[in-house]
Amino acid sequence: MDFPTIIQILDSAVRLMTPLLLACLAGLYSERAGVFDIGLEGKMLMAAFTAASVAYATGSAWLGLCAGIAGSLALSLIHGMSSITFRGNQLISGVAINFLASGLTVLLGQKIFGLGGRTPSLEGAARFNEITLPFADALRPVPVIGPIYADLISGHSVLVYLAFAFVPLTWWVLYRTRFGLRLRAVGENPASVDTAGVSVTRLRYAAVGICGVLCGIAGAYLATGISAGFVKEMSAGRGYIALAALIFAKWRPWSALFATFLFGLLEALANRYPNLDLGIITVPSMFMSALPYILTVIILAGFVGRAIPPRAGGEPYVKER
Amino acid sequence: MASTPGTDTAPAIELRGISKAFGPVQANKGIDLVVPRGTIHGIIGENGAGKSTLMSILYGFYRPDAGEILIGGKPTAITDSQTAIRSGIGMVFQHFKLVQNFTVLENVILGAEDGGLLRPSLSRARGELKRLASEYELQVDPDALVEELSVGHQQRVEILKALYRQADILILDEPTGVLTPAEADHLFRILRGLRDEGKTIILITHKLREIMEITDNVSVMRRGEMVASVKTRETNPTQLAELMVGRKVLLRVDKAPAQPGAPILSVRGLRMVDTAGVERLRGIDLDIHAGEILGIAGVSGNGQTQLLEILGGYPEKGARLEGTVTLNGQPLPLTGSDARARRQAGVGHVPEDRQVEGLIMDFAAWENVAFGYHDAPEFQNGLLMDNAAIRADAAGKMQRFDVRPPNPELAAKNFSGGNQQKIVVAREVERNPDLLLIGQPTRGVDIGAIEFIHKRIVELRDAGKAVLLVSVELDEITALSDRIAVMFDGRIMGERLPDQATVADLGCLMAGVDPATTAPEDAITPATAPGLDEGVR
Repeated sequence: MDFPTIIQILDSAVRLMTPLLLACLAGLYSERAGVFDIGLEGKMLMAAFTAASVAYATGSAWLGLCAGIAGSLALSLIHGMSSITFRGNQLISGVAINFLASGLTVLLGQKIFGLGGRTPSLEGAARFNEITLPFADALRPVPVIGPIYADLISGHSVLVYLAFAFVPLTWWVLYRTRFGLRLRAVGENPASVDTAGVSVTRLRYAAVGICGVLCGIAGAYLATGISAGFVKEMSAGRGYIALAALIFAKWRPWSALFATFLFGLLEALANRYPNLDLGIITVPSMFMSALPYILTVIILAGFVGRAIPPRAGGEPYVKER
Repeated sequence: MASTPGTDTAPAIELRGISKAFGPVQANKGIDLVVPRGTIHGIIGENGAGKSTLMSILYGFYRPDAGEILIGGKPTAITDSQTAIRSGIGMVFQHFKLVQNFTVLENVILGAEDGGLLRPSLSRARGELKRLASEYELQVDPDALVEELSVGHQQRVEILKALYRQADILILDEPTGVLTPAEADHLFRILRGLRDEGKTIILITHKLREIMEITDNVSVMRRGEMVASVKTRETNPTQLAELMVGRKVLLRVDKAPAQPGAPILSVRGLRMVDTAGVERLRGIDLDIHAGEILGIAGVSGNGQTQLLEILGGYPEKGARLEGTVTLNGQPLPLTGSDARARRQAGVGHVPEDRQVEGLIMDFAAWENVAFGYHDAPEFQNGLLMDNAAIRADAAGKMQRFDVRPPNPELAAKNFSGGNQQKIVVAREVERNPDLLLIGQPTRGVDIGAIEFIHKRIVELRDAGKAVLLVSVELDEITALSDRIAVMFDGRIMGERLPDQATVADLGCLMAGVDPATTAPEDAITPATAPGLDEGVR
């Protein structure tokens, strides 16, 4: 494997990890506040659909992004209502949201565009195109650093940079601000927040809202960044992979970056080497594409160390004496 | 004490006619309370007397149905915890409200941050904690994680939280329940220091010793009412115990003199240290004979619950136990949770809290009547349960115990308290156990059901069975028992015969005072418990 190939694989990994990273951080906010969210998948899918539709109709990727965020937020609101206000079961609500998004996107897509659930292909300003960072071309000839800057760091859509910026931002919010302190507290022991005179409900809605925004960006990136339009079930389990990455990362922002990078890398490798020839045997392509999912299962089965979730996660808060 | 609004002489807290009902249960009835500034005020009462409800109202957890709250002489509507905090009230809950994986500092500033960013709040809190630590013996490492602290230190964090919020009035709910004696002593030193600095402290407890030791004034609650408010030095434990338990209309139970036979249950040197390191039982010796009711009197929380749980076969997990228990001459294993084996050995158990331990509230009455005995051979039909047989059996038992409505299909939660209790008693008594453990048999039960349940207990005794009755109702104990043992602080203070015991006599024993020696029972120190350490972490 030569240097340019490595750069290409890493470059591909960065693209592929971006929706995972956004969804993982989305889940991080929600679960740190004590609201489990397996509806990341559905929210991403809904966002992909609304983003692609509006981007197609208006020709603006940015308006598409707004629509994606709005679509995802709407589902977040449903999840918030059922799990915070009405103290319902958060897992069931999440599953319902996934089903809802899966059915609704195809139904609306067929009704509006008549392409069997797809949206028409997006072109030009309707997509987030790759941006070239300054001096990329000038630096390219420099050995090692040149290709890393020009081919790996430069040349992604703006949403990729946004996603990476969210990692330090999330860390800072979580550990350096009042909001972050309260957010973490409400996921560990909501009674402590309540007795301190702070509204548990408002905090949890805020967290679920942030989760919706980040899932919206992730979905918009799927439909208007990586791809050129919406295809049915295009989230392809990324919401669940993001959840696995979140557990792997033990609900910490920087670890989330590395966890999602690992998944992105596996996917990139599978794309690059559909039939990995190890000399004695050739690994079939199905196995290679299944790698991220296999890793998900391994992580969820608890083979990678003990991950302690936020203590009040999954439980609606009921005031007690 | 008259209140003069707006002046420094106004009491820290004044409550006027506070009432609060939860459904049909009147938790607080027209409560009046005056707490002068700079005093330690004890509020004492049995479990369920309404103390915690009253304090939750004061902290804004509940809105009272009626009544008025005056803080420093000013009428204040406490709508939520934020208002309470702003009025200078701080609360230390029985179950701490701390975030386990936060540092002490983070817990202290939570909800009382100075601004959007944490850094300034943290450094201010660090300085403030240092000051409070030196001033009031409240030393805690500000950077330690709460989960690594002992219970006593966690409690200090709760007090620090309140003081950091400038609390002038500190409410502590059962603060010593989880503390070792040494930690409790330290807490009392802290509280005295706070009082001397002009803070007002309300101490909720059911432990008479603490009231006598530390409070300036004491108010007694019983069944949702404030029955007395007195100066601590003008009262004594006996009087308080009587006030707490109350004298009610004497219940009459017609029963023939007991014909005690061979001992059924023998307990020797039973000791128990719970997982928090508190010694709950300090060497219990007792015998119960066939055809005899042994009544255990005492203020709740003096080890009765633990005794019942151990005898019933489900001691607290992780608790350390010592001593011997024999049933019909056969030793019973102390550790290992096996309530089923106990039932098979002939021990029936009516637990103290029927809704938590005695019934599954959402299940039908017929299922509840079978619980614990559902694997009896007559209920089996090959591999399956013979539900028809269980239903028929339940219907018969419910009829014989006059459960109303006599409908086995109804969920347990749909019966009144008295009928729920009859379901539990029917289940246990109809199995004809050699030994019946029965805790608070008539708590929250109407008078008709009380008589009925009492009659059944006496019938069981007359059939030559042994009964261990635990009740906080002194009248129930004296009416039913053939012998009375009084428990205090994990030990049996003394035994009396019901026709020879006076209420004052029993009240003394319940307060930990042995009238025979007339010396206050101050000698209860951990040093009298060799072999069991205090569970220091």
